[in-house]
Amino acid sequence: MQPFTVHTGIVAPLDRPNVDTDQICPAQFLKRIERTGFGQFLFHSWRFLSDGHPNPDFVLNFPPYQRATVLVAQRNFGCGSSREHAVWALQDYGFRAVIAPSFADIFQKNCFETGLVPVLLPQEHVDRIIADAQGAPGYSLTVDLERCEVSDDHGLRLPFVMHDDPLTHEYRRHCILNGLDEIALTLQHEDKIAAYERSVAH
Amino acid sequence: MPKTLLDKIWDTHVVHQEEGQPAILYVDLHLVHEVTSPQAFEGLRLAGRKLRRPDLTVGTVDHNVPTWERSRLSTDEISRKQIETMAQNARDFGLTFYDVDSTYQGIVHVIGPELGHTQPGRFIVCGDSHTATHGAFGALALPIGTTQVEHVLATQCLVQAKPKTMEVRVNGALPRGVTAKDLILGIIGQIGVDGGIGYVIEYTGEAVRSLSMEGRMTVCNMSIEAGARAGMVAPDETTFEYLRGRPFAPQGKDFDAAVERWRSLPTDPRATYDKVVEIDASSLVPYVTWGTNPGMLAPVTGRVPDLDSFADPSDRAAAERALAYMGLQPGTPMQEITLDRVFLGSCTNSRIEDLRAAAEAVRGRRVSPTVYAMVVPGSTQVKRQAEEEGLDRIFKEAGFDWREAGCSMCLGMNPDFLQPQERCASTSNRNFEGRQGPGGRTHLVSPIMAAAAAIAGHFVDIREWEH
Repeated sequence: MQPFTVHTGIVAPLDRPNVDTDQICPAQFLKRIERTGFGQFLFHSWRFLSDGHPNPDFVLNFPPYQRATVLVAQRNFGCGSSREHAVWALQDYGFRAVIAPSFADIFQKNCFETGLVPVLLPQEHVDRIIADAQGAPGYSLTVDLERCEVSDDHGLRLPFVMHDDPLTHEYRRHCILNGLDEIALTLQHEDKIAAYERSVAH
Repeated sequence: MPKTLLDKIWDTHVVHQEEGQPAILYVDLHLVHEVTSPQAFEGLRLAGRKLRRPDLTVGTVDHNVPTWERSRLSTDEISRKQIETMAQNARDFGLTFYDVDSTYQGIVHVIGPELGHTQPGRFIVCGDSHTATHGAFGALALPIGTTQVEHVLATQCLVQAKPKTMEVRVNGALPRGVTAKDLILGIIGQIGVDGGIGYVIEYTGEAVRSLSMEGRMTVCNMSIEAGARAGMVAPDETTFEYLRGRPFAPQGKDFDAAVERWRSLPTDPRATYDKVVEIDASSLVPYVTWGTNPGMLAPVTGRVPDLDSFADPSDRAAAERALAYMGLQPGTPMQEITLDRVFLGSCTNSRIEDLRAAAEAVRGRRVSPTVYAMVVPGSTQVKRQAEEEGLDRIFKEAGFDWREAGCSMCLGMNPDFLQPQERCASTSNRNFEGRQGPGGRTHLVSPIMAAAAAIAGHFVDIREWEH
């Protein structure tokens, strides 16, 4: 996993609740056996018209937002399928963080595993960031995972968590800040895994 | 201290837990399929790691497989490569694998239970969101992403903070014509598509106890559509009778001993849940979804909602977008919505009981000339059993296509998908935009509602259907 400490980037506003993983990376593009190259499929049926041309009404097709690296959306972002391809598509497109009032559980866990930072903010702040990003295309935010703070150049400073459970937030923050390989971490407890296996009738 | 079903399974699977960190839990059964596993196996190879427990790892191919003729595989090179990669990984790493021509092949969430791999008290994971299905047996069944699949392959463990518990207690009896599918759709309608975030749901109450294992699987399957991590039903005699004699269930005296252990699993009488939701089963009706998430639904006797009925502006905007996508006008009676396609299948509703009920609704009738309808059994075994019972003849004589087993048009990864703007009554679990094919319009319903809609060419109230 690529470590994440601080990132500043253009914000793309996606003012929709319940954005599902079938929109983020449609099923017909899940056939690759690699982890890379999924950015081209991101929001495919929203980004492109049926004739293959870019949909001029979709946010990521407006010039300043094309270079966005921070996505902000409404509640229950990433609901639906467990496909990690959705996270890979967001990362491959260039996103480093997603801001929302809530995330679907599996999507959030997939973010933790791959280092895409899920930024939980209260509804009123999400609404404000969406309005600011819509009002001033090119609007940027800084996501600071060391201080757990989102800020802009106009004095906005908001504390955030990645998970409502403080334990999970802190553990995942530690892993992402350091880009830790969770398999290696777990295998440090090889003796305990082996002892468990001996204790049960597997 | 009294414990819930979740507590009991959790506590017996903790390998290690450090203060302030999530638990390391031991996985009893890891189910894998062709779509979410190739990158995980590749990760093992790159790191020079082994599959820790090939004996606890079971794989099959379901998402991509063609259901018309298996030979069609050769026409889709990328799908073929993914399926061949699964087979190669199974050979290289030595896991149990049911290939496309195996009699045990099928949708991973159908074959796990029918083969007896799924058992009460087990901690089960799979790289698929509908893993919740297995919770119907009183197992803890969690969906995982590909990096976690690799983690489980390498360590047989999952790192996990304990979820909160929600009891959904369904009091009373389901009315005639109201199925397990309507029960879970009704629950989603009540708690919302994000109502279960952070929770494992345990379904309790008379209406749940009365369900068959197939019905319980349908309910648990769609827990994810309510946002929950997992769904569970405590094991009872119905569970034990279902498992008796299954190929990978304990046999003979071992089975009796297992049943004794399983009897200790149900939630203790004074245990408490973090949240409790009560549902009155008698208030439930057959539902039809009108929008682009499973919470956007109406009674079959209802109408497409008026936009003014949405108080929240973001909900109103979402409904407006959904109706535009679905090509529906507010106020249209649900029963006047006409259909192009009907899909009977998916891990939600493709088991033998689903097919029996649907066949009963179509017996002696003909599919509407304006509808193309298909039945895709959930597994090769379900298909064979249905054929032994003559269900295939009932469907074929009515004009349904009778297919091989797989995920098929639930998610449009194989050659079965909707054309843009085609409208489909589907027994699957998701009506997201493009889920059944780009531009396709999905209405979720129960198997008997789908069957009757295929005959009528539009939705009908199954409670008034004579069969």
